[in-house]
Order: sequence, then structure tokens, then C-alpha cells
Amino acid sequence: MNDHIVSSFDDDLDKVESLVLEMGGLVEQQLVNATLALVNQDSKLAKQVVKGDARIDKLEGEVNVMTVQVLAIRQPFADDLRTVITTLKLASHLESIGNYAKNMARRTRAISKASAFSGSTGTLKRMSELVQQMVRETLDAYTHRDVELAELVRNRDEDVDQLLNSLFREMLTYMMEDPRHISGCMHILFIAKNIERMGDHITDMAEEILFLVNGKWPKDKRPKGDRTSTLIIEPGEDDEDDDAHFEDDES
Amino acid sequence: MKKPKKKSDVVENVMTVRNVDVFYGSNHAVKDVSLDIRKNQITALIGPSGCGKSTLLRCLNRMNDNIEICKITGEVKYDGQDIYDKNVDVVALRARIGMVFQKPNPFPKSIYDNVAYGPRIHRLAENKQQLDDIVENSLKKAGLFAEVADRLADPGTGLSGGQQQRLCIARAIAVEPEVILMDEPCSALDPIATAVIEELMEDMRLNYSIVIVTHSMQQAARISQRTAFFHMGELVEQGATSKIFTLPKDERTKSYITGRIG
Ligand SMILES: Nc1ncnc2c1ncn2[C@@H]1O[C@H](COP(=O)(O)OP(=O)(O)O)[C@@H](O)[C@H]1O
Ligand SMILES: [Mg+2]
Repeated sequence: MNDHIVSSFDDDLDKVESLVLEMGGLVEQQLVNATLALVNQDSKLAKQVVKGDARIDKLEGEVNVMTVQVLAIRQPFADDLRTVITTLKLASHLESIGNYAKNMARRTRAISKASAFSGSTGTLKRMSELVQQMVRETLDAYTHRDVELAELVRNRDEDVDQLLNSLFREMLTYMMEDPRHISGCMHILFIAKNIERMGDHITDMAEEILFLVNGKWPKDKRPKGDRTSTLIIEPGEDDEDDDAHFEDDES
Repeated sequence: MKKPKKKSDVVENVMTVRNVDVFYGSNHAVKDVSLDIRKNQITALIGPSGCGKSTLLRCLNRMNDNIEICKITGEVKYDGQDIYDKNVDVVALRARIGMVFQKPNPFPKSIYDNVAYGPRIHRLAENKQQLDDIVENSLKKAGLFAEVADRLADPGTGLSGGQQQRLCIARAIAVEPEVILMDEPCSALDPIATAVIEELMEDMRLNYSIVIVTHSMQQAARISQRTAFFHMGELVEQGATSKIFTLPKDERTKSYITGRIG
């Protein structure tokens, strides 16, 4: 789109946009490091992630201040208004994702005691990589106002949910085998749930980008694949056969 | 069977403009404009200077008749009747479709006489008491009575800018119009006086249909229900104000309302 007649308005918009992109980059790095720390049992890196979250919080604060200023001073309309509002919301989502990454790093030590389930850290790593990719693509979609890419990210969340579902079943089986596994399995499940929540935030971000560009919220409901809230496995039950327990409680 | 429409669903047009062209000599100032003026709504005309807003507004009560070189083609209907029909009494028409100008222009007379001027010409009062009532009611409807009740004999030109503009609104109201045209009525006023007029317009909408030309997009967004965007004599886009300022269809509208280089 063309430049504003008042060029300092463009400078303001560029500034908030670059703050959000900086946040996005940091969030992605935090998630990469939290995952590395977990997989390699690197407690030093984990600590660095926990400390690193403050920088993301600070940037969100700057975005908040900046956007309120732009609203008050420029009184933007149409695309400009949606840019400011969307940017504010994206920053809030990124801050939440940052918190989940920090949370993940905090559990690194607890996981070391659950090394019996080393296969499961592989699943966590795959979930995390999916989410990392979603973060990257979402930021790309934002930078280029790319509707197709945003739509793609929005549908990719299902894959994260599928991984969580299978991990959930796997952990339940371990826990039923031996109650001493419970503590470790629970930590793994909490981490997996954290990653899945990140996916939800990114999906919301993708929808906000669609709103930013189209001026309308997407009408169709996106597929929701996290079924762990209703998944029940009775001891001894063949766990391939419990589809009857699945019920979608879309919220 | 279809459900009968609720009364509030029915859109009523008090005026319709169809394929209107206006020329000042060879200057084609308004190009093939068609526009509906909705009853009991505020319609805002916006666009860059010289795009023909005032020209079109003046077409709505034949104020262009006084401009020698001005030629108008097309159709403007009020109450289903073509206002350019040769049988139309222009003075009576301007009582039904009143006008408030950019610069408050009270007559060099008392506040009372400013408001009583129209009713006297149109013989709306049978006696002094009735005229007093009309003046008082009009001043009340213009939100000015409380401020001037004890000095109706003072000259209208002695009031503040905002008060003068409300006096002009009272003067327009006094002849019982149905439509009120306003050409940048707040451009000479400070923000507080502007806010008072805007608040007044919101009340006036219950009894009148208003068309306002404004160069302030914020003002158009705040007060109008419908907005029409003009550009170089063309009506580029018209629609619900909430739509025009959030999701304009035309690139030219978008550039203008977001303050971009078009
Ligand atoms: N009385 C007039 N005589 C000749 N040309 C006029 C007159 N009024 C307006 N114009 C011309 O018509 C065009 C539209 O003007 P106007 O309706 O005043 O625009 P706006 O109100 O949108 O600023 C301009 O080119 C202007 O110069
Ligand atoms: Mg004008």
C-alpha cells in the first residue's frame, strides 16, 4: 500500500511491527533452546531460557505503550486500525508462547528422572519443531500479509494435536504398567500440553492475520484435534478401540 | 409466506439523487452522481477539497440556481417529486430543505428576529404569542435557549462562534424543515463548540434528516450513519459509515481515509 502523507505515521507503524517481529524471533529461539535443553538434559541452557523470558515481556510492554500512543495520536482507520489492533494481539500471544517455553525449560530437570521414556522426548521434539515452523510461518504471513500462508498455519495445528493424542495414550499405558512411572510421565504430559497450547496461540495469531488482511474473521471452524480432555482408557482395554470415548468439546 | 418487515427494517429515502451532472461553464464539477438520503439519518459527504461536495449539497435545495454559469442535469427528488420541476416554489422548497453554512452567518438583527425571520416570511404564526413559541422551541431544539433566554433582543452577531452556529440551526429549524443541509458547519468552531453541535445533531436526527459536508473524517465517523466519498467530481463509494471507515471497497476511499498518498 502507499505511504502515509504524514510520514511519521509510517515510522510508528514500522516500529510496532518490528517490535512484534523481534518478539517472534526471540520466542522461536526460546522454544528451540528449551527443546534442546530438554533433549540434551542441558540445565545451563534451560536456565538461560528461564532468564531469557524477561526480554520478551519487556518487548510486549513496549508494543502495548506504542500501540496505545498510535491509537491516541493517529486515530487510524480501516487497514491502519486493524494493523494496530492485530499487532497488539499478536504481541500478547507471543508473550504467552514465551511463558510456555519458559515453563518447558523449568521442567528439564524433572524429565531427567523420567529417562525411561526416552522415546517420548522424541515426540516432544517433533511437536516442538512443528510449532517452531508454525511460528516462523506466522511471522512470515504477518510480514507479507500472506493470507494463504496464514491459512496453511491454521490447519497445521491439527498435526500438533495428533502428536499430543498419541503421546497421551502412550503415557497412560506406561503409568498403568508401573505407578513409579507416574511422576515422570506427568511431567512429559505437561510439557506436551504446553507445546500444544503454543499451537493454539499460533492458530489464533494466524486467524488474526486473516482478519488483518481480509477485514473479516474466518467463518469456518478450524479442526480441533486435542482429544485428551475426553480420552479414557480402562486398564486392560485395547487402546486401539476407544474411539467411542472421543467427543469433541469445541470451546 | 415471507415475514412482514419490521418498521425499523424499512429504509426510507427522503431524497434521491439520480445521475446528476453539474457544470460551471466547462468545469465538470459533479459527474453522474446517484445518492440516497435516508430519513432520520445523518449522511456525511467526504472527500478532498474541490471534489464537488458543496456543489452537490447545493443541488439538494437548488442553491445553485443563483450561480449564473452553473448547469445541472439529472434528477433530484424530494418526497417523490422532482425539485427541478418548473412548478416547484423554490422558497417553499428551501423551507422544507434548510441549510446551515460553514461560517455562521446570523443576520445583523436581534437573536429573536434571526429565528423569527423565516416564520414571518412563511406566515407560520397567526399572532405574537405563536411566534414567541416558535422562536423559543426552535432555540430549544438548537440547544441554545438556556444560554440566550434573557437576552433575545441582543444582536445575534454578539454571540460566540458556536452559539452563532446554533442560532443558524435554530433559524433553519424555525420553518419546520424535513431535511437540513450543513456545509462544514463546525470548521470555524473550537473542539468544545464542535462537540456541542455534534451532540445536538444526534438529537436532531430524530426529527430531521441531515446531510453534512465535512472535511473531518473523524467527525464523519463519529456522527453519521451513512458516508459518501467523492473524488474529482465522482461519487466513488457510499455505504454504512461503520463499513466505509473499517472496510472500504475502493482503493481511493482507502487511501483518503487512512491519509495516504492516493
Ligand atoms: N460558484 C462557483 N463558480 C464556479 N466554479 C465553482 C463554484 N463553486 C465551486 N466551483 C468549482 O467546482 C468544483 C467543486 O467545488 P466544490 O463543490 O466547492 O468542492 P468541495 O466542496 O468538495 O471542496 C471546483 O473545481 C470548484 O472550483
Ligand atoms: Mg465545500
